[in-house]
Amino acid sequence: MIGGLFIYNHKGEVLISRVYRDDIGRHAVDAFRVNVIHARQQVRSPVTNIARTSFFHVKRSNIWLAAVTKQNVNAAMVFEFLYKMCDVMAAYFGKISEENIKNNFVLIYELLDEILDFGYPQNSETGALKTFITQQGIKGQHQTKEEQSQITSQVTGQIGWRREGIKYRRNELFLDVLESVNLLMSPQGQVLSAHVSGRVVMKSYLSGMPECKFGMNDKIVIDKAGKGGVTDDVAKSTTGKQSIAIDDCTFNQCVRLSKFDSERSISFIPPDGEYELMRYRTTKDIILPFRVIPLVREVGRTKLEVKVVIKSNFKPSLLAQKIEVRIPTPLNTSGVQVICMKGKAKYKASENAIVWKIKRMAGMKESQISAEIELLPTNDKKKWARPPISMNFEVPFAPSGLKVRYLKVFESKLNYSDHDVIKWVRYIGRSGIYETRC
Amino acid sequence: MLCFHVCAGEIFELKAELNSDKKEKKKEAVKKVIASMTVGKDVSALFPDVVNCMQTDNLELKKLVYLYLMNYAKSQPDMAIMAVNTFVKDCEDPNPLIRALAVRTMGCIRVDKITEYLCEPLRKCLKDEDPYVRKTAAVCVAKLHDINAQLVEDQGFLDTLKDLISDSNPMVVANAVAALSEIAESHPNSNLLDLNPQSINKLLTALNECTEWGQIFILDCLANYAPRDDRESQSICERVTPRLSHANSAVVLSAVKVLMKFMEMLPKDLDYYGTLLKKLAPPLVTLLSAEPELQYVALRNINLIVQKRPEILKHEMKVFFVKYNDPIYVKLEKLDIMIRLASQANIAQVLAELKEYATEVDVDFVRKAVRAIGRCAIKVEQSAERCVSTLLDLIQTKVNYVVQEAIVVIKDIFRKYPNKYESVIATLCENLDSLDEPEARAAMIWIVGEYAERIDNADELLESFLEGFHDESTQVQLQLLTAIVKLFLKKPTETQELVQQVLSLATQDSDNPDLRDRGYIYWRLLSTDPVAAKEVVLAEKPLISEETDLIEPTLLEELICHIGTLASVYHKPPSAFVEGSRGVMHKRLPARTGSGESTESPDVGTIAGGSGTETAPSIIPSQGDLLGDLLNLDLAPPTTTGPPPPTSGMQMGGMDLLGGGLDSLMGAGFGAVPAVMPASLNAPMGGGLGDLFDLGGGVGMPLGAYIPPKTVWLPAMKAKGLEISGTFARRAGVIQMELTLTNKAMSVMTDFAIQFNRNSFGLAPAGPLQVLSPLSPNQTIEVSLPLSTVGPVMKMEPLNNLQVAVKNNIDVFYFSCQYPISMLFVEDGKMERQVFLATWKDIPNENESQFQIKDCHLNSDAASNKLQASNIFTIAKRTVEGQDMLYMSIKLSNGIWVLAELRVQTGNPNYTKSMNKSHLKLF
Repeated sequence: MIGGLFIYNHKGEVLISRVYRDDIGRHAVDAFRVNVIHARQQVRSPVTNIARTSFFHVKRSNIWLAAVTKQNVNAAMVFEFLYKMCDVMAAYFGKISEENIKNNFVLIYELLDEILDFGYPQNSETGALKTFITQQGIKGQHQTKEEQSQITSQVTGQIGWRREGIKYRRNELFLDVLESVNLLMSPQGQVLSAHVSGRVVMKSYLSGMPECKFGMNDKIVIDKAGKGGVTDDVAKSTTGKQSIAIDDCTFNQCVRLSKFDSERSISFIPPDGEYELMRYRTTKDIILPFRVIPLVREVGRTKLEVKVVIKSNFKPSLLAQKIEVRIPTPLNTSGVQVICMKGKAKYKASENAIVWKIKRMAGMKESQISAEIELLPTNDKKKWARPPISMNFEVPFAPSGLKVRYLKVFESKLNYSDHDVIKWVRYIGRSGIYETRC
Repeated sequence: MLCFHVCAGEIFELKAELNSDKKEKKKEAVKKVIASMTVGKDVSALFPDVVNCMQTDNLELKKLVYLYLMNYAKSQPDMAIMAVNTFVKDCEDPNPLIRALAVRTMGCIRVDKITEYLCEPLRKCLKDEDPYVRKTAAVCVAKLHDINAQLVEDQGFLDTLKDLISDSNPMVVANAVAALSEIAESHPNSNLLDLNPQSINKLLTALNECTEWGQIFILDCLANYAPRDDRESQSICERVTPRLSHANSAVVLSAVKVLMKFMEMLPKDLDYYGTLLKKLAPPLVTLLSAEPELQYVALRNINLIVQKRPEILKHEMKVFFVKYNDPIYVKLEKLDIMIRLASQANIAQVLAELKEYATEVDVDFVRKAVRAIGRCAIKVEQSAERCVSTLLDLIQTKVNYVVQEAIVVIKDIFRKYPNKYESVIATLCENLDSLDEPEARAAMIWIVGEYAERIDNADELLESFLEGFHDESTQVQLQLLTAIVKLFLKKPTETQELVQQVLSLATQDSDNPDLRDRGYIYWRLLSTDPVAAKEVVLAEKPLISEETDLIEPTLLEELICHIGTLASVYHKPPSAFVEGSRGVMHKRLPARTGSGESTESPDVGTIAGGSGTETAPSIIPSQGDLLGDLLNLDLAPPTTTGPPPPTSGMQMGGMDLLGGGLDSLMGAGFGAVPAVMPASLNAPMGGGLGDLFDLGGGVGMPLGAYIPPKTVWLPAMKAKGLEISGTFARRAGVIQMELTLTNKAMSVMTDFAIQFNRNSFGLAPAGPLQVLSPLSPNQTIEVSLPLSTVGPVMKMEPLNNLQVAVKNNIDVFYFSCQYPISMLFVEDGKMERQVFLATWKDIPNENESQFQIKDCHLNSDAASNKLQASNIFTIAKRTVEGQDMLYMSIKLSNGIWVLAELRVQTGNPNYTKSMNKSHLKLF
């Protein structure tokens, strides 16, 4: 298991060091600094073996988090733990920066003591941790016996993510379907790979211990229902045949996985506040909101002509926002002239790219930019690698076609019903890695 | 060691603060102490003062003191005892959080005296009413076991721990499982976990309820269980599959491990088996949308899974396409998997991607992409041609490391598909100068040596490498040695000096034992039995296998059992990187890394395995003698360890090499045939030289053109019982290939067919091979195959080399033979006198060559007549100073004219000395 955990600043000075096992000595702290942080070349692997000691590291801005071990540990678990550790710290004091870590070092030691015991990760749910570890110190000594046992049962319990006795005057929930659409397209417009990775994020302000059931236009469910009986025909006619094939999905630990496996129904008792209910991935019938058509022409050795057309491909009534097209330029660019029909375009020498920004664009429209790039003559034999043209945008629909069909809330002990809950649903599609080669 | 010395003043100040009455000040002081401790300052001097602060009801202060204790207790064991009382008291505290804190911290204080005091509180805590305390105590047993294993056993903690597996709280179960698993690792035979269907059932129930981390502990533990039969195996799989939808990647990977392992037990025809396979693909793909570090772990594991069960991800090629912004470690791993998944169905896409990657920035990545193209060529035969042309495109970029990498993989392609892509050699030779890496240099040298007969200036190329022999890496030196020996065996006449040089460099001036040994082996081989040397060094090499980089199957099986762990990331068994008893336990196989070492020097194997094969079709008759002579001439022992004594008595000490070589050539080729027809083509036709002399044999024959005797081209051993011998003849203006086919096998042979590789003069069969009746065992048949000269042309080395493929119902066989150039002399080769004169003058001097023929007992007229029979026509004759001068013309089937002057000194009939002038011109 994890033998020790170190946090370094960008200079390699150690900010936090917590050793859990005897086989990890003080020299391990230095070994990582010398061999990884101060290493000359770029980091070639997130796992490094130095003198039979393995180091796992992740970096957040300029802070290094390293877990150390001498055993054959579960590597996936170590990384998941490091991410979790970052989440927990962020939940307590915001951004992970040198200053914040220095100011909260006692808190971090306390957290490390609680979430990692002898190198075994323990309960790391922020909600539960915050009930007894706070930035202002530890609650506990002033609590009543009932409160204490409530803490311990929550930390160790079946429903570790929610405490009893939550009360809201207004029962309300918000569902955000957040998708990022990823594309790699050849210069000829052929889709080399495309997928949507989506998340359903829920903010719940519900009283008691509500039992929830979530439904979406999952092809498997709808097909099954279609065969099932007459009653579901209504549902089918309203959703049409717009069911989508979900390649895979993963759920927050509150979802009963065995129930999903057997009935494909998503039922759970939600944590209080904001959390991620599920993640999913689709690859079929993706609506690609934009199409990028590049045209790069090399005129002699010192000039490059670039023309890029973007076409929006969704309902004319919808508006895409925050559109940004990034056209890479060679390293030896000396000057750029840009003409664009819409929005603003600028050559950013420090980023080696022309950045073209458009605030809003309706569906089924098209816009164009053309640029002349002057190049300095070089004797560098190596050709310019032509990085792909990338794009950012935000659209108010789900490119995968996912629709929320229902979210039902049952709370038998308290006297509110599903109808009393105010529900909000919102769809946002963003660009993930949306690239067209040129 | 990073250690700061804290100045006495600072320590003194801290001491005062620690002993302050005010709680707040105390707390601040302890914080400062901890901060100093973190950065590596030595604050152990404050031990008693800090421990004094422990007696507090402030939980935060208490925790800080505990942190200090854990760090320094070991260095001050006696003072650590001072803390024991507080611990014991805290273990009785009404607050479960404090009870747990005490037992957790006590376990971390690794002082023997303290462990004694720990036992009683621990026993109580293991049975505590609060699950939080129990789950902490469970881990504490593992801690105690790490300090004093005997104590844990004596105190019966293991049994209590086992009981906790049945605890009502899932987290207690998970921690008990984790602790027991760890303890069990150091007791391989203890059967501590005692997994049986009942306990497995309990674990599976807890699996649904515990935290994500607990699920990992339980799944990892489940993976060690051996189900009794396939039904139990299936039922466990069914209960584990829901975990594939967990958001935590480690839970998913551990579930994959359990499934991959238990799947082995399921019968393949079971429906469920297929369902399970289908269920595994999506979660593995989903792992690729995790953070990059996890992607890396997932990719390393997918690499193993793809090798074990390629069917799972065979349709998912696209998700492994590299994204421009992927971190380099993800890119490199994706490339590996792309190659493993490459198949005929997706090769076009894969190649297009790889070509794209080869233009990226990162050098390592580009290299790997180029290498991947080569691996695709070897893996998917249909794509080989496209891969080769892609590689040639890349060589044209002239980017140094791309060129070098391309050459290394082209070498492998040659070894996989011999005689298919050698036309690219010229392009490769152009880039010789840019090669500065040992591997690329070695590959290029191998190519030059292997195809020396097709590269005109092979000797020059190799010589250029020889200059800096001692500065080269061993890999290059070894390869150079072998290549020059190959070259010598192929072109013995011109390369004696070179071979001598390299042998002496390798044996005398080198202190590398491998190099020296190989040098001596060659030397002795060449000097004792040159024919054997040829068989050994130029033996047919086995084709390289499709995937040399597959992990060895037993190791792969072991690694599959370690999915998700470090072993699967390193692709090494745990024993290779874990010290002590923990590593040893899982070691079921000897440690070996699986990553393939490419065959760097393909010749080593052939040296060992080549001898003992059947005599190869001898290309130049009785070449052995020739080589023997050459060796006697030039390898006359310059060393003390020297080669064995000369086998032949010929002593021609100071003769010039070329002359000596030619003499031998003639002696060997002609034997006693009293004939002369010297003629020469220019340097590029060097290989044809001997054959022009062969022609001389024809002069002695009374009837028409010279026909060499049949020689065995394809021995029965090499062709599954089919023996082919044959010769070439020119009859009535038609070239005939005369074959004798003998069936030395036990079964009947039918369906004969023949095909030629492209060759220098465009020889091709003019009709099918006429073997009408099946060839029964021990039957011999004579076939005559008319040839045309209109086939595709490719320059061969030697010029008159012909590569033939013969097919029958059993297999396809390849051999090569050489045809006499005289066969190609056409009947209308008589040139007009005027034209002859004009042409003679026009031919530049560089195209001229001269040499002498000895031991000819013919006068000029007789020679002229006999040469005419072979279509060598005398145009004019004159006598100058007692010498007969014959001017002659020859026309080859491809329209090349050869003009020759033959001088016969009549005054000395026994020893006819002739000079000749030969001219070559292309019309």
